[in-house]
Amino acid sequence: MNASFVKRTLAAVAAVGALASGMGAAHAEDAKVGFVYVGPIGDHGWSYRHDIGRQAIEKEFGDAVSTSYVESVPEGADAERVIRQMAQTGHNLIFTTSFGFMNPTEKVAKQFPNVKFEHATGYKRADNISTYAARFYEGRYVAGVIAGKMTKSNIIGYVGSFPIPEVVRGINSFMRGAWSVNPDVKVKIVWANTWYDPGKEGDAAKALIDQGADIMVQHTDSPAPLQVAENRGVLGIGQASDMIKFAPKAQLTAIVDHWDEYYVARTKAVMDGTWESTDTWGGIASGMVDMAPYTNMPDDVKALAEETEAKIASGEIHPFGGPIYDQAGELRVKEGEDAPDEMLLGMDWYVKGIDAELPK
Amino acid sequence: MDWIVPFILTVITASTPLLLAASGELVTEKSGVLNLGVEGMMLVGAIAGFAVTATTGSAVLGIVGAMCAGVLMSLIFAFLTLTLMANQVATGLALTIFGVGFSALVGSGFVGFAIQPLPSLSIPGLSSIPVLGPILFGQDFLVYLSFAIVVGIGYFLTKTRAGLILKAVGDSHHSANAIGYSVIKIRYLATMFGGAMSGLAGAYLSLSYTPMWAENMTAGRGWIALALVVFATWRPGRLLAGAYMFGLISVMQLHAQGAGIHVPSQFMSMLPYLATVIVLVIISSDRAKIRLNAPACIGQAFRATQ
Repeated sequence: MNASFVKRTLAAVAAVGALASGMGAAHAEDAKVGFVYVGPIGDHGWSYRHDIGRQAIEKEFGDAVSTSYVESVPEGADAERVIRQMAQTGHNLIFTTSFGFMNPTEKVAKQFPNVKFEHATGYKRADNISTYAARFYEGRYVAGVIAGKMTKSNIIGYVGSFPIPEVVRGINSFMRGAWSVNPDVKVKIVWANTWYDPGKEGDAAKALIDQGADIMVQHTDSPAPLQVAENRGVLGIGQASDMIKFAPKAQLTAIVDHWDEYYVARTKAVMDGTWESTDTWGGIASGMVDMAPYTNMPDDVKALAEETEAKIASGEIHPFGGPIYDQAGELRVKEGEDAPDEMLLGMDWYVKGIDAELPK
Repeated sequence: MDWIVPFILTVITASTPLLLAASGELVTEKSGVLNLGVEGMMLVGAIAGFAVTATTGSAVLGIVGAMCAGVLMSLIFAFLTLTLMANQVATGLALTIFGVGFSALVGSGFVGFAIQPLPSLSIPGLSSIPVLGPILFGQDFLVYLSFAIVVGIGYFLTKTRAGLILKAVGDSHHSANAIGYSVIKIRYLATMFGGAMSGLAGAYLSLSYTPMWAENMTAGRGWIALALVVFATWRPGRLLAGAYMFGLISVMQLHAQGAGIHVPSQFMSMLPYLATVIVLVIISSDRAKIRLNAPACIGQAFRATQ
């Protein structure tokens, strides 16, 4: 939307101004950590969870560290201005938390070799740029196991945002989890073509439930699909943060982003002088992917979910352990092997058994 | 055929906010005022309705609050454009930008709150008639209100003296002024009505459609409402048809995907807008007709000459 773009631009410009005026008040700390968010911290999803991580840093180090953030930064020229402003105002560690901040981060990092940068979900690294992301698909596998046990109609309703590898990987992982306990499960997928439009996400959920789905899964950001599940008396899985408040009778669990430990560890590394450029892709084991409490299910399903979660953490289960065939029947991963990360990162095909066509 | 009834119910809920906001804007535009701030007024209405309902527990108070908030927003617009004679297009855009930011600011404390959705009508016997029961007698009262408002506006504009005066002001403000009508006062009232309806549409979103508050939750519906008014060539009947056609297409595309009909989902998402453009072209080809209905003075500032 035009209006929202203008608003975000204004917000970003205002934030840069605020940051600049705050610069004079800066005093010596062990670390000054900056965060750049793509959305408002009030989105109750992606940016909100990053900000929880920022607060964890403050809690951990108290006065030794100061943090600041700029929210609703558009992925474009403004991002570069905001990041540069942060680097200029004495921040020595800057987290840029959206894929679209990749090139601006790289550009600014070249000009400030002494500032450490951490870019979420990207792939461009340098001596002073680390990348990090979370293996949310592990959480989706656990959710799939629960759904496979809980569905009565054997139809899963899945609201997708865009057919990008992150989302496709999630669908594949979810269904592999579901099939591991119930081979008859089918999935119906509706692409909302938006990350965020509560009304449309809700309508998509209604359409899926009308067509027989009794478990709602979503890879969009608002709690609307789960809320529809609650109102229609079916079950669902939350996204990004614990959404139990919106669906006390419907939410089975939620796949929660959990950056706290990573952010604290990286800040500590800067303070100790041990920071190095790394590439982190953490899953359940690292704590980056967290499952909200298992609710609205019988004890045996809960026990199975906990067991699956533990086995993924220990490496006993790999959500993409071979053999894996794609829809055309071609063997993609051999028996006894696990899908390599490069395959997962570029996943643009459905696994065999998904009865839907991937939009091109 | 079990899906037919829920399908129609979904279409009704998707169409209602468009219909509410567009019917208010229709009256505003008929008086010669173009208020592009519908999206902003809807958002402020949505948060006002949600905040009042969440604090007091009363949906009725929430709806009243949302309408008041919409009126206040429209008064800002009216004061700037009608009293101070600022440019209406620029002021309307500014009102939307203001509304987006202001609602986010006020709403930051209400993110993650859950409220009870608006209750649906339930008439023993009637609501349980198969197929027709839930559709005709099972909606929440804002849906019935939206129909009543459209009928009321149609009657008002064609059959009442006040409605004819309003149209006269929109078509030739100097003539209306010359024969003694207060152009500014009438435009203030029409703009306030538009604000109240936008506020109501916002309340429908945050109290019934998706009972929650989330930043920017209108997601462009205010702009669609604006397009609908032109699409309907300022006629209430066509506005009703247009709002429901828009709702129908947007819900249909989601159903088609779920049913595995292999049409690119991006194309399906585009369909409602494409339909609007096509119908606009068809309607606009009849120039005489559009000229008959379009308020001649729309968007023009008025300064009394004596």
